[in-house]
Amino acid sequence: MKLVVAIVKPFKVDDVKTAVQDFGVQGLTMTEVQGFGRQRGHTEVYRGAEYTVDFVPKVKLEILVEDADASAVADRITEAARTGKIGDGKVWVLPVEGVVRIRTGEAGSDAL
Amino acid sequence: MINTGDTAWVLVAAALVMFMTPGLAFFYAGMVRARNVLTMLMQNFFCLGLVSVLWAIVVYSIAFGGTNRLIGNLDFAWLGHFNTAPHGLALTIPPSLYMTYQLMFAVITPALITGAIADRVRFGAWAWFVGIWVLVVYAPIAHWVFAPAGWLARRGALDFAGGTVVHVNAGIAALAVVIVIGRRRGWPHAPMPPHSLPLTLLGTGILWFGWFGFNAGSALRADGLAVQALVNTHMAAAAAMLGWVVAERIHGGRATILGAASGAVAGLVAITPCAGYVGGMSPIAIGAITGVICYFAVNLKFKLGFDDALDVVGVHLVGGIVGSLLLGFFADKAVNGAGRNGVFVHGGGFGLLGEQALAVGATLVYSFVMTLAIAWVIDKVVPGGLRVGEESENVGLDLREHSEVAYSFAER
Repeated sequence: MKLVVAIVKPFKVDDVKTAVQDFGVQGLTMTEVQGFGRQRGHTEVYRGAEYTVDFVPKVKLEILVEDADASAVADRITEAARTGKIGDGKVWVLPVEGVVRIRTGEAGSDAL
Repeated sequence: MINTGDTAWVLVAAALVMFMTPGLAFFYAGMVRARNVLTMLMQNFFCLGLVSVLWAIVVYSIAFGGTNRLIGNLDFAWLGHFNTAPHGLALTIPPSLYMTYQLMFAVITPALITGAIADRVRFGAWAWFVGIWVLVVYAPIAHWVFAPAGWLARRGALDFAGGTVVHVNAGIAALAVVIVIGRRRGWPHAPMPPHSLPLTLLGTGILWFGWFGFNAGSALRADGLAVQALVNTHMAAAAAMLGWVVAERIHGGRATILGAASGAVAGLVAITPCAGYVGGMSPIAIGAITGVICYFAVNLKFKLGFDDALDVVGVHLVGGIVGSLLLGFFADKAVNGAGRNGVFVHGGGFGLLGEQALAVGATLVYSFVMTLAIAWVIDKVVPGGLRVGEESENVGLDLREHSEVAYSFAER
């Protein structure tokens, strides 16, 4: 099993969710985060003084998948989240040692 | 003779001015960082509790009792002589209503200072400060200006609703306190932007609304003068907002919502002494001039190096001084026969302006010196002093001072 992690632009979340659900993903977790890569932040003004804020609001998605599906899910996310403008985000894949469904105690692939 | 119309209006006005204290609380609270929002709210709300009770016990009496020129007496202590008007006031409302109406002014004046001291003052020390300050600084100045027996009132200085008593007083007092407590860690280089400008704007709206009670209520009657004061109040706020926003757009490159809100408040401050003494387009001129001046005045703290966190000095001190002095130019007896004529009115001359300058000067000196002394003493006597420790300042005062958290969004 794998954990697909994606950082995407907040307004792209619905598109990504639809794309992975169409693939067959049944669950995911979303967290609101801030971050930056090569996209710089923005300038805020307070009483005429300008402040550079490096962090940009993003959304992190985490999706547990079977090994065989990881690559395809990552591709779907990438297509759905891309705008072509700087700050589109990244997708990466982590190995997962074990998963348990809390309600039933099912483990492994049965828990996905 | 009690007039029911006058009484009904001043009853409402008292409630409107009361509402300004929570309004001010949110005006400031929105501008501080989230970790300190409850502390700012508490410092303001607590004034409603402490000052009200002290007012009943002794402070009203010190402000309005007797016939001495400098200070009141104990005639009205413990709400004694509840139905006797202060000497020289011909009231058409019950004296107890006058007492209550004036109470609301006494509550909000120390609350104004909280904006300057944001993010770094211990609550207990602040409470001591408010209690002593309202008795030693507010009450005497109120006596000088509002009580007909007071020496500034006798000299003919004009202050319709408290430009000197409330705004110049609190403004210079704020400066005195920030000198004692020093700057916030990281000021002026670390960014400390407002955590909720929506709260600030809500507060601004409440202040503008309440100010109709502050200024028009000071007519103490439901008559043409109250209406003039209401019109003046509104027009000055509007013009000052425009003045600030235009100045900010041209000088700073953009119009900000904080600027619009601050501009409106500056205009309200400036018109406070003038509200029942000017007419025509004067409030628009007064507001516009003040909006522009105060926009530039908020930069004083950077030039002079004092951390007036939320610009109490730039808006209330400067706005109050500008309004009090502009009154010396725009005052018109045609608007209020009990007033005087200013420089711009035929037959006016510079006499009134001189009295205004004296009233402002006396307020500045007395308030600054006494506030400095009170703050300094409290800093030495109260355990820990006025200022919070370094770790509190870093972590946030809400948790350290009150063990409370403002925003708990995680469902638990």
